[in-house]
Amino acid sequence: MSEEVDVQMSGLGIGEKGRVLGFDLAPEFRSRLLEMGLTIGVEFTVVRFAPLGDPMEIKVRGYHLSLRKKEASGVRVTRL
Amino acid sequence: MRGSEASREVIRHVAIAGNPNCGKSTIFNALTGLRQKVGNYPGVTVEKKTGRFFGSHGEPMELLDLPGSYSLQVRSPDEAVARDVLLGRLPGTPRPDVIICVVDASNLERNLYLVAQMLELQIPVVVALNMVDLAEENGVIIDLMALREKLGVPVIPTVGTKGGGFIELRQAVSRSPLPLPPICAQMPIVFERETMSLAKLLPVAPEVARGEALLLLTLHEDALEAVVDHDPAIIEATRLAQRRLVAGGIDPLSAPVDARYDWIGQVCRAALHQGGGADGISISDRLDGWLTDRVWGWVAFLGVMSLMFFCIFTVAQVPMEWIREATIWLSQLVVNTLPESDLRGLLTDGVIAGVGGVVIFLPQILILYFFLGILEDTGYIARAAFIMDRLMSRVGLHGKSFIPMLSSFACAIPGIMATRTIENRKDRLVTILVAPLMSCSARLPVYALMIAVLLPVASAFEKAGILLGMYVLGIGAAFVMAWLFKKTLLRGETPMLLLEMPPYRAPAWKTIALRMWERAGLFLRRAGTVILALSILLWALATFPKPSGSSTTPGEALSQSFAGQMGHAIEPLIAPLGYDWKIGIGLIGSFAAREVFVGTMSIVYSVEDQGEAGVAALRETMAAERRPNGRPVFTPLVCLGLMVFYVLAMQCISTIAIVRRETNSWRWPLFQLGYMTSLAWVAAWVVYQGGRLLGFE
Repeated sequence: MSEEVDVQMSGLGIGEKGRVLGFDLAPEFRSRLLEMGLTIGVEFTVVRFAPLGDPMEIKVRGYHLSLRKKEASGVRVTRL
Repeated sequence: MRGSEASREVIRHVAIAGNPNCGKSTIFNALTGLRQKVGNYPGVTVEKKTGRFFGSHGEPMELLDLPGSYSLQVRSPDEAVARDVLLGRLPGTPRPDVIICVVDASNLERNLYLVAQMLELQIPVVVALNMVDLAEENGVIIDLMALREKLGVPVIPTVGTKGGGFIELRQAVSRSPLPLPPICAQMPIVFERETMSLAKLLPVAPEVARGEALLLLTLHEDALEAVVDHDPAIIEATRLAQRRLVAGGIDPLSAPVDARYDWIGQVCRAALHQGGGADGISISDRLDGWLTDRVWGWVAFLGVMSLMFFCIFTVAQVPMEWIREATIWLSQLVVNTLPESDLRGLLTDGVIAGVGGVVIFLPQILILYFFLGILEDTGYIARAAFIMDRLMSRVGLHGKSFIPMLSSFACAIPGIMATRTIENRKDRLVTILVAPLMSCSARLPVYALMIAVLLPVASAFEKAGILLGMYVLGIGAAFVMAWLFKKTLLRGETPMLLLEMPPYRAPAWKTIALRMWERAGLFLRRAGTVILALSILLWALATFPKPSGSSTTPGEALSQSFAGQMGHAIEPLIAPLGYDWKIGIGLIGSFAAREVFVGTMSIVYSVEDQGEAGVAALRETMAAERRPNGRPVFTPLVCLGLMVFYVLAMQCISTIAIVRRETNSWRWPLFQLGYMTSLAWVAAWVVYQGGRLLGFE
């Protein structure tokens, strides 16, 4: 298995795909992300960033979700 | 009690649940039509919405609309409502016999998460696979048989906006007996063991116990006490179970979520087939390319907001003028019909003025809800929050606070009602508390009068400048107070933004119309009664006691009334601001509504004329008014201070009434009254005394 480079979700650019590896977030934030389908192993695509730069929009499990870069930086992902 | 009596007539209690944006409201409205009722759950701000409908053989059933949510997990008292209803723990709300779980066919994976949790509760479930027409257009193919087989419950394809599938839906819900769902998502064995042991401790029926135990185990430790009203022994048992799981390498927060999504994955592999173009650009994506673009996004956003604001501010004036004229006509009718008497006065200045004062808000409320309905249904409101979030989060607020605050420039009443779209209770409260600081249209007559007295020969440019200054002051105060509240009273983490951006859809006009009707009715019934009562009270205060002589001017009569006495009484309080008792009466009258200030000043200064000539005469009279020591009362500094006072003070019983309604208690409106009055007083004091220190008097 190739090495998985651990980066923050907020560090990905528009159009890049990633897979969730883990979380560095407080439990209440983490459980919300999980429920919305951002589970470990799920794949997602970065769609865009808001005009002011924040929040960011991703496509995951067939729908579009926006979250702030602050929380996104707590999601460890690997680029696909 | 009325609640239980009504439920005895009903054969079955049905609950309807689903994600936000899944079309649940449309189905609810289609089933219940106008037979709806809105109430409150005790102790929370969540609305209890119920309606009547008939089963396939005409049996009367009650439909309870559960708040849209992505999961049954509970993190606040408001979120606990849905869970408590489904566990049958709310007195006055019977446990549902069957749940209709509405699912967006275009978004099956995530929507099935709530379904998975519903199935765990072991209550009969019927899945309404909604918006199948849109799904087909997007090339989503769902194998209905496979879906039914994997879920183990009836799945009815519906098109909520066109009434498709409703016969089958009614049939599914009317079946007797209703089949229990088979248990679907497999939890890890260790987890399941802990769940079952915890379930045994719970004082509820065994079928429900497993579901409740699952919900308990997945709650984070800190939240346990906050949102669960179990006895400490159970909370302790839950904590211990969680620690055992963690020690064994299982995260109680994520294990069930993973298990459910694993199961969902199996279901979707069997039943869901994405047609061609799964990764292609849909129309929605293309629209978003423009609407959230760095340049065009702003153009669109400002365009939409300006249009909405313009309509609420300007277009509403037309029907508002009709209502004003109708009120005057009606008053005139009473004056012509009845002889002069207290009863006549009560009718014209108390009742008719009061009712007129309530009804006049309707055009703005209806227009706002019309726009809100379109924005929500089309999905644009999520984009608006997406665009504004960065600014809002600077003061600890949510992007969704933006529209209520914007509407408040026209009138805080519809703005405050619009805060319902904000899920987080603390953010909603903060938005409600600062909304009235955005200078509403009622302050304009006061600003206009003060500016006219302050700068009689100023250019239009200078006048506009001061006016703009007042608006900026209001906005600044709103943001500062919001920041302050989030840091102190309503301290909470800046709410997490986790916003679904639904695909753009055509608005459901019937649903919007129904919601406008519902909100208007609620406003009239709840706020209207309070406003009317207070109007009558204020009329009485301004009329009694009557002056003893017969040749007193209206101004002298007012001065001798309770209101006048109150004006004299508060004079020591407002003297440091440079005001006398006559202004004091104006302030007390303004408690009802800000624009009353102008009318009250006319009476106090004995200016009879109405309309434009009257204002000019009033301005001259006020400018000429002198204190006992010969100095003028309305110096530029006093005028400026008075305007600042009006920017910041809470002077609108209608707003107080609506805040009372929206927060379900008197605590917050009274607090709002207190903090805003103090803020206004301090600011006006600073302006006046500071100005004097700097030699401006």
